[in-house]
Amino acid sequence: MNDKQEKLIDKKGIRLDGRKADELRSLKMQVGVLPNADGSAYVEHGKNKILVGVFGPREVHPKHLSRPDRMVIKCRYHMAPFSVPERKSPAPSRREVELSKVIRESLEPALFPELYPRTGIDVYIEVLQADGGTRCASITAAALAIADSGIPMRDLVVACAAGKVEDTVVVDLYDAEDKLGAADVPVAYMPNLNAVTLLQMDGILTPDELEKAMNMAIDGCKQIYVMQKEALKNKYMNVKEENKEEEPEE
Amino acid sequence: MSSLITKVRQKQIIALIEKGQRLDGRGLTDYREIKIEQGLIEKAEGSARILLGKTEVLVGTKVGIGEPFPDTPNDGVLTVNAELVPLAAASFEPGPPDENSIELARIVDRGIRESKAVDNEKLCIEAGKKVFVIFVDVYVLNHDGNLIDAAALAAVAALLNTKMPNFEIKDGEVKIKQGYTPLPLRTQPITITVAKIGNTLVVDPSVEEEQVMEARISIAINTEGNICAVQKGGSGYFTPQQILEASKIAQQKVADLRNTLKW
Repeated sequence: MNDKQEKLIDKKGIRLDGRKADELRSLKMQVGVLPNADGSAYVEHGKNKILVGVFGPREVHPKHLSRPDRMVIKCRYHMAPFSVPERKSPAPSRREVELSKVIRESLEPALFPELYPRTGIDVYIEVLQADGGTRCASITAAALAIADSGIPMRDLVVACAAGKVEDTVVVDLYDAEDKLGAADVPVAYMPNLNAVTLLQMDGILTPDELEKAMNMAIDGCKQIYVMQKEALKNKYMNVKEENKEEEPEE
Repeated sequence: MSSLITKVRQKQIIALIEKGQRLDGRGLTDYREIKIEQGLIEKAEGSARILLGKTEVLVGTKVGIGEPFPDTPNDGVLTVNAELVPLAAASFEPGPPDENSIELARIVDRGIRESKAVDNEKLCIEAGKKVFVIFVDVYVLNHDGNLIDAAALAAVAALLNTKMPNFEIKDGEVKIKQGYTPLPLRTQPITITVAKIGNTLVVDPSVEEEQVMEARISIAINTEGNICAVQKGGSGYFTPQQILEASKIAQQKVADLRNTLKW
């Protein structure tokens, strides 16, 4: 496909961006970043920069969408026009509509919608910069934002992709690998429940390769899960520190 | 895509499936009867209608001439669109495509695109300037469940039925000549949807079963038996073991369907 270009993986098994096959990109996470949202999170996953705000449970608009026995979960995945090399029109593309749906469906298994009848929550995901794997980073961030809002959850949802690049199954594809690689398998996972809440695939894989990619993605999820919990704890550690400073000296 | 279904009925479906039975008498991994008819729309370059039980989907293809995408100047363009026509179900409403029809179109698209069924380079007329554009329009005429598998089958059947216009280039102008050549397909992807109801996996869910399913997973498989697209849907989850089981069921069902369809 791309004979003239550099190989995506060299003979030593090192990828173009210097990572090994099973190595994740660096991640940064922070919760409680938006003052007006009920819950929020900011995630940097490699060069992906994702901001998520959660509002609710609150009255549903339009009202006919509200359900007498459960909370309605709405989700919007949206890419900023400047997030990609060619300006992306701010109008929702078909890709964004589909991703909004699958991201919502990846978060729903973690929630207890029957606890909040007649209400709704809105999960607003803004991709400020995209570099491959934005749906996964968005799910990781959205789960953090929901947890930050205080809505009870069965588990955090965490997502990571795996795929096939030059005949090797690798974890956490970035943009070039996603575009030029042979296959991409994003997975969302709830580690405590061993539940896969999102699984997509495009490209060509044998059934065995799909199994390998899924397991590799799940391993990636488990690593990110530790960082997610750390990010949630950090917010409250900081609050504790601030209170300490404000305590009057005797 | 929901219509109402009573709680008693929901419990009945789940209880039956736990025992390995289904309301319409099928086994857990049985498809409903499939009938495919091709070429019934004369004005379309290709068409196919599928009956999957009472689910009915009509797919028409139109071939036009357009510009290639700048990053793939030698490739023709394939676009898939799906219409959940309001006459097909009480829950379908007129208006711009909603997330369900967009997801349906994108799953059908991914099965065809990722399996590289259509040789895009053969659709090139003049590199960087003119290529054939194939529009695949999925029309759902009756919704009785498992629209994904029905639409994916009908789309491939319509592509197999598609005639490409002959052309010649004279003084830089594309002239359409008399006659047609068939559109060659390199592989015939088949998509199998496995639904999780209670904790049991079933294939080809009916519309009522879709109301009670936890989640579904659709797996597209090419002629060589490789997986070319996957999509999980629904508000529930699968365990990794269930996904591997679903993948095995899909392989088996694809083999069965290829036998009956002679694909």
